[in-house]
Amino acid sequence: MTDKIKKIRLTDRNVKFLEKVEEISGESITLCDQCGTCSAGCPFVEEMDITPSQLMREVLLGQEEVLRARTTWICASCFTCTVRCPRMLDVSKVAEALRQIGLRQAIDEIDINIIDREEYRKMPTIALVSAYRKLTG
Amino acid sequence: MKIPYYPGCTLKTTARNMEISAIESAKILGIEMIELPRWNCCGVVASLTSDDLISHLAPVRNLMRVEEMNEEGLVENEYRMLTLCSMCFNTLRRSNLRMAENPEDLISINDVMYLEKGYDGKTEVIHFFELLDSIGFDKIEEKVKKPLTGLKIAPYYGCMLLRPKEVGIDSPEDPTIIQRFISSIGAEPVPWEAKTICCGSYHTVSNKDIVIKLAYEIITNARKHGAEAIITSCPLCAFNLDDRQKEVREKYLNFEPMPVLYFSQLLALALGLEGETLGLEQNYIDPKPLLKEKGHL
Amino acid sequence: MKVGVYLCQCGGNISNVVDLDAVEKYMDNGDDIVVIKQSSHMCSGAGQKLITDDIAAQKLDRVVIASCSPQFHEKTFRAALQKAGLNPYLLEIANFREHCSWAHKDKPEDATQKSIDLLNAAIAKARLDYPLEETKMKLGNEVLVIGAGIAGIQAALDLADTGQKVYLVERLPTIGGNMAILTKTFPTEDCASCILSPKMAAAQAHPNITLITDAEIEHILGHRLHFEAIIKVNPRYVKPEIDMDECIGCALCEEACPVETPNYWEQGIVNRKAIYIPAPHAIPYKYLIDPETCLNLNGGSCNACVDVCPQKAMDFDQRPETIKVEVDSIVVATGFDIYDATEKHVFGYGKFENVVNGLEMERIVDHIMEKDPPRQVGKRVAFVQCVGSRDEQIGREYCSRVCCMYSVKLASLLKQAKPGTDIYIFYTDLRAFGKGFEEYYKRAQKMGIKFIRGKPAHFTEDPDTKKVTVLVEDTLSREIIESEFDLVVLAVGLGPNRHSEKVADDLKLARSEDGFLKEAHPKYRPVDTLVEGVFLAGVAQGPKDIPDTVAQASAAAAKVIVALAQKEFSLDPMLAFVHPELCDGCEKCLGVCPVDAIVMNDDDKAGIKETLCIGCGACISSCPTGAIDLNGYTNEQLFAEVEAALKSKKPGERRAIVFGDSGSTYRLADTVGVRKMKYATDSRVLMVPSGCRVTPKLILFALSKGADAVLIGDSPVKGNRFEWAWDFTSANVESAKAKAAEAGIEGERIFSIEFSAGDLAKFIETMNDLSDKMARLEPIPDDKKSSLFDLKR
Ligand SMILES: Cc1cc2nc3c(=O)[nH]c(=O)nc-3n(C[C@H](O)[C@H](O)[C@H](O)COP(=O)(O)OP(=O)(O)OC[C@H]3O[C@@H](n4cnc5c(N)ncnc54)[C@H](O)[C@@H]3O)c2cc1C
Ligand code: SF4
Ligand code: SF4
Ligand code: SF4
Ligand code: SF4
Repeated sequence: MTDKIKKIRLTDRNVKFLEKVEEISGESITLCDQCGTCSAGCPFVEEMDITPSQLMREVLLGQEEVLRARTTWICASCFTCTVRCPRMLDVSKVAEALRQIGLRQAIDEIDINIIDREEYRKMPTIALVSAYRKLTG
Repeated sequence: MKIPYYPGCTLKTTARNMEISAIESAKILGIEMIELPRWNCCGVVASLTSDDLISHLAPVRNLMRVEEMNEEGLVENEYRMLTLCSMCFNTLRRSNLRMAENPEDLISINDVMYLEKGYDGKTEVIHFFELLDSIGFDKIEEKVKKPLTGLKIAPYYGCMLLRPKEVGIDSPEDPTIIQRFISSIGAEPVPWEAKTICCGSYHTVSNKDIVIKLAYEIITNARKHGAEAIITSCPLCAFNLDDRQKEVREKYLNFEPMPVLYFSQLLALALGLEGETLGLEQNYIDPKPLLKEKGHL
Repeated sequence: MKVGVYLCQCGGNISNVVDLDAVEKYMDNGDDIVVIKQSSHMCSGAGQKLITDDIAAQKLDRVVIASCSPQFHEKTFRAALQKAGLNPYLLEIANFREHCSWAHKDKPEDATQKSIDLLNAAIAKARLDYPLEETKMKLGNEVLVIGAGIAGIQAALDLADTGQKVYLVERLPTIGGNMAILTKTFPTEDCASCILSPKMAAAQAHPNITLITDAEIEHILGHRLHFEAIIKVNPRYVKPEIDMDECIGCALCEEACPVETPNYWEQGIVNRKAIYIPAPHAIPYKYLIDPETCLNLNGGSCNACVDVCPQKAMDFDQRPETIKVEVDSIVVATGFDIYDATEKHVFGYGKFENVVNGLEMERIVDHIMEKDPPRQVGKRVAFVQCVGSRDEQIGREYCSRVCCMYSVKLASLLKQAKPGTDIYIFYTDLRAFGKGFEEYYKRAQKMGIKFIRGKPAHFTEDPDTKKVTVLVEDTLSREIIESEFDLVVLAVGLGPNRHSEKVADDLKLARSEDGFLKEAHPKYRPVDTLVEGVFLAGVAQGPKDIPDTVAQASAAAAKVIVALAQKEFSLDPMLAFVHPELCDGCEKCLGVCPVDAIVMNDDDKAGIKETLCIGCGACISSCPTGAIDLNGYTNEQLFAEVEAALKSKKPGERRAIVFGDSGSTYRLADTVGVRKMKYATDSRVLMVPSGCRVTPKLILFALSKGADAVLIGDSPVKGNRFEWAWDFTSANVESAKAKAAEAGIEGERIFSIEFSAGDLAKFIETMNDLSDKMARLEPIPDDKKSSLFDLKR
């Protein structure tokens, strides 16, 4: 509650951003009812800076800052919200699309070199591969 | 019965104990798991964007191998592809579904694999639990030599066996299949809430605090409902719930550790297998004291 | 035979495009055509006079009019024939305006050619017309009302008050429906049973109403102001009043009965005995024994009730009775079932003892207000909106329309009875659209009830205290709330009553997407169905509150009265008939008829029940000997029409014969014309009652006579009363394709398509594609044509 109120201007650029995310994710974000089902059930919500439903809203409003939202990177595609959304939307696909928009510009979210050697050895292969798949370009 | 089997990388490394115990148990149930020749990475984590066809190349190649196995006579008219790792299962089944629903996508993928015969869409990806279910848990029960009586087990489903709905092996909100499995080997399934909650998945690599917190909550919930051990079929869940208990213990002082096993380890034990086949040494929290206490070792 | 042909100019609408003089010159000029005349407006008095005068003067016995579509003036012209003493069915209309001059304005020559073909087809058909008589049916005043909730009761009372004889049938042992379970009602908070009981009693006392409770509809037959219903009446195991030893209501038996079981009218909040009266306001107010739980009826030796009964009124030997009623009209008022929340596992309903549904809460609040509550609610109460509504995960997209307000009501009543309660209502959108609703909602806010915008997604129960923790996002502040409640109330939605299925299937009533029964038109015919004489009332048609239910019930009653006021109605004579000499009694047609209109007569020949037949023609292709035919669309007529429509085809030209069902495709082609939309000119649309009337033989005949393609346009499957027709249409198309293939003719020349009346673009695209396709395919060589079909009809 510390941020000051900011004004949003709705321009063509906002609409383009929405359309781009809709295209990559294959989801019709304008269908979101803002019921909050996704947020309340998300096991990671407490780690996030904005709730999943807010993520949907920010995309609808064409707010590109959402690319840098922690939520975009925290969503682990657990599909809890996917099976509950009363509008059959898939927030995990929207989060993936947002990540991809970043990653396709070759901006990685994690640096694999800083992973602890010891950890690296005992970690299951799928943990590493999936982290690379999700968080690097 | 011979069935094509897709192992995946982790089953050859940190989850060796799941693989061995499953293969040997299957034999007792009359099933020979024939490893796919030339299998490759399953794709790991289903790709979720609509413009990412290339990510489906890896899974589709594996699906194609099953058709080849049939052509080469390695299996006989058996297009089911058996998986153990929940994540491989999910990735492969989702890709298969996408190909079935978008034939044009399959054509593009087959074009890329122009040196091979191409995938025909015949393969059906199944998880080991589904195989057991199709055999019938009552039949499994008949084969059990050492029922694991008195053992209270929390069935952990996680995400990948259940979600999204179109690939899940059971109801995403109220699954019962692992519970029925536990009953069939003579143990006691405990009802609990955390059975479908995500373990934190790959955040274990770069954001392990998230995983530590979730592992704590999940195991505590199991404990609250009287469970003595948790079973899973996912090597990543197993790592997050089992190995991460080291960090959980450091962070939550009141935390009591709990063994986490692969379902197949208990299956093997109940079917009368012993020693290395059970692979109990590989588990981080040693399950042996518990099993001994209950008289099963 | 003397045929008169009249060409209407339609004030230029036709004659400015179609060259009517050329039509006169090139049309069928048979000797039997004794009159050919043009007129600027055939539908005008002057135009009609032309016809009537000629009939009188020239002794015409067939009339063919080339004008606008039959949907506009067929009735007018039939009346003219009748006035002149000619049977009105000796008339044919060629559609010059919608199908020719308007649709092909830019191609006058093609339009003229098409006009000639359509006219020739009409003349050929007219030659084979024969007089048809409309059977007059007497209408009685008997009405069956199915379901005795407030909708059924209201409709029954209105009907009875205006002198109709009503059978009011209810499945449960008391009338009243769901309203009989409610506490007070929103937004006025008047007590449900206080306003309902007088109506229930009136229905029981009314001399024109026969109340049949604890009864199931076994079968209903009929579709047009004449129905037969077989009703199974369950035994009450307590003797009826006519007996000397009837139940006197002393209640001794109830005390004595050892069985306790949840009472449905209390939603399981309070128990009842196996011998019981459903509710204090039950009608009929008489004891009955529930066969599911009674020990004696389940093989036990219990006789406790008989032992104490001063009248020995129990009769364990009663068996279900079956009664048959014949009625002229039906009101379907089968109401709703609430959503079964056990299906949504996350809410914990059925698992957690402190999660209840709205209907249970009605009873809980009612008891709290009566001050002897069998169960308490605790201090903190949460309502969860939209459970089983607006949720595509469970296939229920619609809003149930009453749950927002009933939650506001239940919360307000609770707050008034127990002011110390903290009440939260979690909603996604709060719908307070009705009269007085917004004010009622505001009053609840003023009382301190907190409305939080967010749908809870996760519930857990404390194993010890049984309190329920709810996780929800407040989507306005974006905070995640995790909070414990003593009671959670799920505002469950409304779904169609599962016991309405049999009735709907038997009567062939359509359903909307949401599963509720579908009205004939969403705006102009909201209580009618597509079945003549069947009307809808209450929630059976869609979720609504009590005022709307009552209004609709009265509207349905009024519609019944209007329908019955005709006293007599005439059956459309365009129905199936059997040539008994051809029928060899194989009974193949019996299974085909979708409305069971075919019966085997005593002589083992099939016969058609006129009151049942809907004239779809499905049976015709089923008869191996060709014994069944359809008035107005006989085989001979359709063959003649097709042949005539193709006669003018010149080498190098292409023609498609399109059979358009009268309900949809034919009208669609009209609408396209009315909008002056253009499409390829090489098709000829001929009217059929339904796509399934087109037999494989007819399709092959068209190809053999020069058609390059045959298309059958039929109403869409979904929501269509003739839904089943598609199966026949497709089967006929497949069989024709197979035969064509034998003759070496491409299957793609034969196909069927569904058209709804609004599919304008689809129609145009189809016609244009068809034209391209025909142009691409080589003409069918003559030898193949003749091998296709031996030209005997
Ligand atoms: C919890 C709750 C609270 C509500 N509160 C209010 C309120 O405060 N104010 C308000 O205006 N509205 C309220 N409503 C809505 C109100 O209940 C309905 O508008 C009203 O009951 C509809 O009446 P009905 O006759 O159409 O249907 P129903 O009441 O469902 O009656 C249908 C009857 O048909 C019978 N039936 C079904 N199939 C057959 C068959 N095949 N043969 C014979 N009989 C059959 C059923 O047994 C039933 O008795 C509430 C609804 C709910 C769920
Ligand atoms: S659950 Fe679906 S509709 Fe509801 S807020 Fe989330 S994305 Fe939007
Ligand atoms: S898919 Fe992402 S947003 Fe949805 S519940 Fe899982 S982590 Fe949360
Ligand atoms: S006979 Fe049936 S109704 Fe009578 S007392 Fe016994 S259980 Fe109750
Ligand atoms: S009336 Fe209210 S609670 Fe009911 S479905 Fe509509 S919005 Fe949801």
